[in-house]
Formats: sequence, structure tokens, C-alpha cells
Amino acid sequence: MADPMRIRAQAAGDKATVRVLMSHEMESGQRKDAAGKTVPAWFIQEVTASLNGKPVLAAEWGPAVSKNPFLQFAVKGAKAGDKIAVTWKDNKGDTRTDEATVS
Amino acid sequence: MKKASILSMASALVLSVAPAMAQKTASQGIDEYRAMLADGNPSELFEAKGEDLWKKVRGPKNASLEKCDLGQGPGVLKGVFTTLPRYFADTQRMQDLESRLVTCMENLQGFSANEISNTPYGRGEMANVTALATWVASESKGLKFNLSQAHQQEKTFYEVGKRLFFQRGGPHDFSCASCHGEEGKRIRLQDLPVLTKNPGDGLGFAAWPAYRVSNGQMWSMQLRLNDCYRQQRFPYPGFASEATIALATYLGVNAKGAVSIAPAIKR
Repeated sequence: MADPMRIRAQAAGDKATVRVLMSHEMESGQRKDAAGKTVPAWFIQEVTASLNGKPVLAAEWGPAVSKNPFLQFAVKGAKAGDKIAVTWKDNKGDTRTDEATVS
Repeated sequence: MKKASILSMASALVLSVAPAMAQKTASQGIDEYRAMLADGNPSELFEAKGEDLWKKVRGPKNASLEKCDLGQGPGVLKGVFTTLPRYFADTQRMQDLESRLVTCMENLQGFSANEISNTPYGRGEMANVTALATWVASESKGLKFNLSQAHQQEKTFYEVGKRLFFQRGGPHDFSCASCHGEEGKRIRLQDLPVLTKNPGDGLGFAAWPAYRVSNGQMWSMQLRLNDCYRQQRFPYPGFASEATIALATYLGVNAKGAVSIAPAIKR
């Protein structure tokens, strides 16, 4: 079971800024362990975000994204009290969804 | 004609670029980069993990750590980080945050303190101790360091820490003071704080535990001090050894009045 994300969403004017911190190893598949064996790739491939259930962002990620990645984006028309949900899915099929309320 | 226009274009470019370069020095650029990193400091993930571990019923005795006494009474979190290390009457010794957490994990939850202390950093229960320390430290964010020097042991540990700080040895004839004893020293691009006095808010002792971007690890003060010894080519003093706690006492007392920003973010 993956560790939870930290999501902060703050409304200002006609948009809300969303900051997401994900907990993930993001192993590139290029590294070798102490025994010289390749550490298998393990990274987030898909990221989606929705505002009150309506998709607002879809991204495809690769192994170049850092460990414990940070993502920031702005959503037009989001107001205080709205729900922002973020989901990631990694190449092992593991997935995690967390939700935050816009403040 | 063509040549002239290229030349004038080139001079226009130089003119427009030169003032922009003069505006920002390299260290200002680094500060900006650090400020951007701090906005999404992954240490928050470790805080969340630590908070969860603090409240969770775990270990052979099936207990949480909520009754753990970190110096201000059972369960008190706010303001404890900025008063450690200190003398604890129940264990009759000087303890820093991490060794005290291990004592609680042994007494309340039934874990083996010895086993935890011998676990490498970032593994098993040791990773949990680091997460717990991150969470406890975060509860004192913005408070000023104020270590007690009332008990005789606290005075002794300060003096021992001071001597260790200045003790030179190893193949490079290094001491802590070689790097942290005067102004203006740095390793690569990292400015080194002067630790013989209060280095200022959020510097030195007031910045750890910290998340290290370069290796994606959460570093506790115990790991920081042990790694300083490795960098000096000394053997590790060991987790929660008296040497590291004496050094932490010396650094902590010197940092009196400095505001804690822990958990911080490092390169």
C-alpha cells in the first residue's frame, strides 16, 4: 500500500493553485545495486486530477521524474469548498488517490 | 551592409544581457532555487508518516507512543524539540530526541532498543525513528532553542562536546572546528555555519532533521553527526552514542535563541 499524498489547494481570484507532494521511489531502471544487478524500473506513469469529479488534468510521466515528486498546477474556476482529487498509477499497476478541499 | 546589421544586432544583444547578469549573483540564484524547493519539501511526507506512527498501536506490547515523555510530560510534543538533549531522571542519562524516542519504543511498545540502535539508517525501525523525530521536530517549528544547563550532567556533556568539537585527529588531522570554526567556509556550494556560537535562525543545529534532495533521504541529527565523523575519516561514533549526544548538547546550547526551521530541506 502506497503512502498518502499531501495535497494543498488554495483559491485566489478565478483560479485555484494546487500543490501535490507524492510519496514514491521513482526508480529509473538505470541504477545498479551493491551486487551489480539492475534495480528494476518503478515509477509513476499516469497522473490525473479532477475538480468535483470532472477531469481537469491528465499527464504521462516517465523515469526522469524525481523521487517523491512535487506537482503544482492551476485550475480555472475552482472555488473554496470544491473537491480536488489526484490519482497516480505506476508501472507496477499500483495506484493511489487522495482528495483535498480547496481553501 | 549585412555584416553591419549583424554587428549592431550583436552589440544590442550584449547590451540587453549585461544588466540582467549583473542583477543576480550565484548565491542569490541558489537561494531562489532553495526557496522553490522548500515550497514542496518532501519532509512533509515523513512528518505524516511520523504522526501516524506516534498514534498507531504497535510493537510486542501493542501500545502507541502517545504517553511518551520527551521531557515536558507524557504526550507533550510542542516545544520539546528545542529543549533537547537534556538530562532524564528516569533513565539517569543525557538523551537527545532520537535516543529518547527509542527509550519510549522500548518501554511503551516493547521494541528492543539495542536492536533499533544497530539497524542501519533508513531501514526498518530506524527509518521509523527518523520519521518520528521529523514529526516531533515539526511540532516546534518557529520556536527558539533553549537547552537546560541546570543539571551537572548537562554541564559535563556541554564541556565534553566542546572538547570533541575541537579535537583533531584521523588521517586528515580534522576536527569539527576545521570546517565550522570560522566565518566564510563552504563545501562546494554549501555555506558552512559557525557552530561555536549561535549561527542564526534555521542554521546548523536548528535545521535538522532535513530532507536531502540529492539522495532523496530524510536525515536526522544523529545521522548528520555520524556522517560528519565519516567525512573527517573517523570511525562512526554510533547511533545515540555519548559522543554524539555530547556534541549535540554543545551545538544546542550554543544555538540558544535560534529559531528552529526543522524539518528543513538541503541540497
